[in-house]
Amino acid sequence: MTSTRSATLFALALLAPALIYILTIVAYPLFDTIVLSFTNASLRQDYDFVGWANYQRIFGAGNFTEVIIRTFIWTFFSVSMKMVIGMCGAVLLNAAIPGQALFRILTMPPWIVPMAIGIFMWGWMYNGQFGMISGLLQNFGITDGPIAWLAYGNTAFWATIVTDVWIGVPMVTIYFLAAMQSIPRDLHEAAWTDGAGRFYRFRRITVPLMVPAIITMSLLSLIATFNSFDIIWILTQGGPSGSTTTMIIDTYKTAMGSRKYGEGAARAVVISLFVTAFCIVYFRAVRKLQQGEAK
Amino acid sequence: MIDRYSLLEVVGLYVGIAIFLFFVLAPFIEGFLVSLKPLAQLFSTPYSFIPKNWSFDAYVNMWVSVPALGMHIFNSFFISTVVTLIVVVIVVPAAYAFARFNFTGAGLMLGAFLAVNMFSGAVLLIPLFRLMRTLGLLNTYWAMIVPGAAFLIPSSVWLLRTYMMRIPRELDEAAWVDGASRLYTLRRVILPLAMPGIVVVAIMTFIGAYAQQFIFALTFNSKTEFMPLPIGLFAFFGKQEVIWNELMAASFVGILPVMIVIVFLQRYLVAGLTAGAVKQ
Repeated sequence: MTSTRSATLFALALLAPALIYILTIVAYPLFDTIVLSFTNASLRQDYDFVGWANYQRIFGAGNFTEVIIRTFIWTFFSVSMKMVIGMCGAVLLNAAIPGQALFRILTMPPWIVPMAIGIFMWGWMYNGQFGMISGLLQNFGITDGPIAWLAYGNTAFWATIVTDVWIGVPMVTIYFLAAMQSIPRDLHEAAWTDGAGRFYRFRRITVPLMVPAIITMSLLSLIATFNSFDIIWILTQGGPSGSTTTMIIDTYKTAMGSRKYGEGAARAVVISLFVTAFCIVYFRAVRKLQQGEAK
Repeated sequence: MIDRYSLLEVVGLYVGIAIFLFFVLAPFIEGFLVSLKPLAQLFSTPYSFIPKNWSFDAYVNMWVSVPALGMHIFNSFFISTVVTLIVVVIVVPAAYAFARFNFTGAGLMLGAFLAVNMFSGAVLLIPLFRLMRTLGLLNTYWAMIVPGAAFLIPSSVWLLRTYMMRIPRELDEAAWVDGASRLYTLRRVILPLAMPGIVVVAIMTFIGAYAQQFIFALTFNSKTEFMPLPIGLFAFFGKQEVIWNELMAASFVGILPVMIVIVFLQRYLVAGLTAGAVKQ
């Protein structure tokens, strides 16, 4: 008995630094956010508790509900596109053709290069007067005049989604590729001997066996996309006229722009509730997949 | 090899890969070409993809336009290096504890670590700002290092735990039977064997730390001398116009080392990514 107790103490001692760090820098701030959301805290040091006033205000005006809906639409399109393009990428990179190794390396830069720098490059590509997208469209005579992608609500909304997809695709591709390669070869060989064609095998062997990977990745990607800040902030700062303002951007503007910490915290709490819900779904899915594997 | 590709299929595959890679690499290609064009050429129509007259001026002038550029690049590396050191020192013992000891609450704690991974710094920005202010860390390197490391610890714990669980348990037990203390076992038996895994964690952390340097730096620091590259690049945004060619040149100089890391270590990165994407 004493040996198990000393083992536990040893394990806890090893864990202590990590636990203290996370408690101080993540758990305490999370708690502080909840407390602040019930106050009228601002740049001034002292503040009062105001009950549910902040929540009533953000949901009363109708503005935030709109932001929530926009965030979900934004996230939905971004994640779906990441999954589809990532799957296409994985299929292409899985093909046994010369150059395969090089192509895989070339996929990685958007994932590895500091996000902000990739986004600056997109900022130029979207430039209305002289950027590449506008320029090429004009040169090929597809559009008459220049298009300032980030200047109109509609195009800015899609432009930020495309950049988010671009940043997310490498990770999805590599993850799907790894999942694809872990499928036993004999399954494909057996089906091939039975005369199954390439597309038939993809539909009947590859896709079903990749369902766990697809579910895991879409949930992880959903959470990351939902939290996406840098892309929108650098490209549009939530504009023009709020068309790219997602929940994170709105929270940042309220808290850091207007210095309304209390109101910002209430928004952050709403975001945290959504993230928590996603986490629960994710944990459940992973557990279910594990049980499926065990059978 | 089972069924061979027909010529048509091979062509189709290469075309597909070309389109895919163009989507992935277009901003880099365009950015690189922009860095080789004189500014006047950028702002002239019609648009030309390839520079009409090549020029390396941007790579020379950028150091003059933004005198602090070298400092920003140094800051980025310095911050990432310190974050990596902190993460490795904290994560190695924690991962070992989770990999080897079955104590009450271990599962719960692992789950909590995973949940932390799901929260972004952006959500916790207000209390973190207040915390940094209280600790007097605003406008220092620490305001970017301390929160930066926190959000990289959980995924690293998971990754290294998975790696350490593959090291046979018998090795620890044999060392204990021989009378070695637990700490000695960790240091002399496990640490050397886990080294490849630790290297992967360090590389992933370094890249992660370098990549995430935006929101904390934007909010917790306003001093040029501590600004990392992503924020420092805003200096190219002038009052009238953006000096795009120099901005792109500075971007490339700043990310070159990371690019080199990718080329040499991509094998480890793929292994790390797939292990880290939480295959529980």
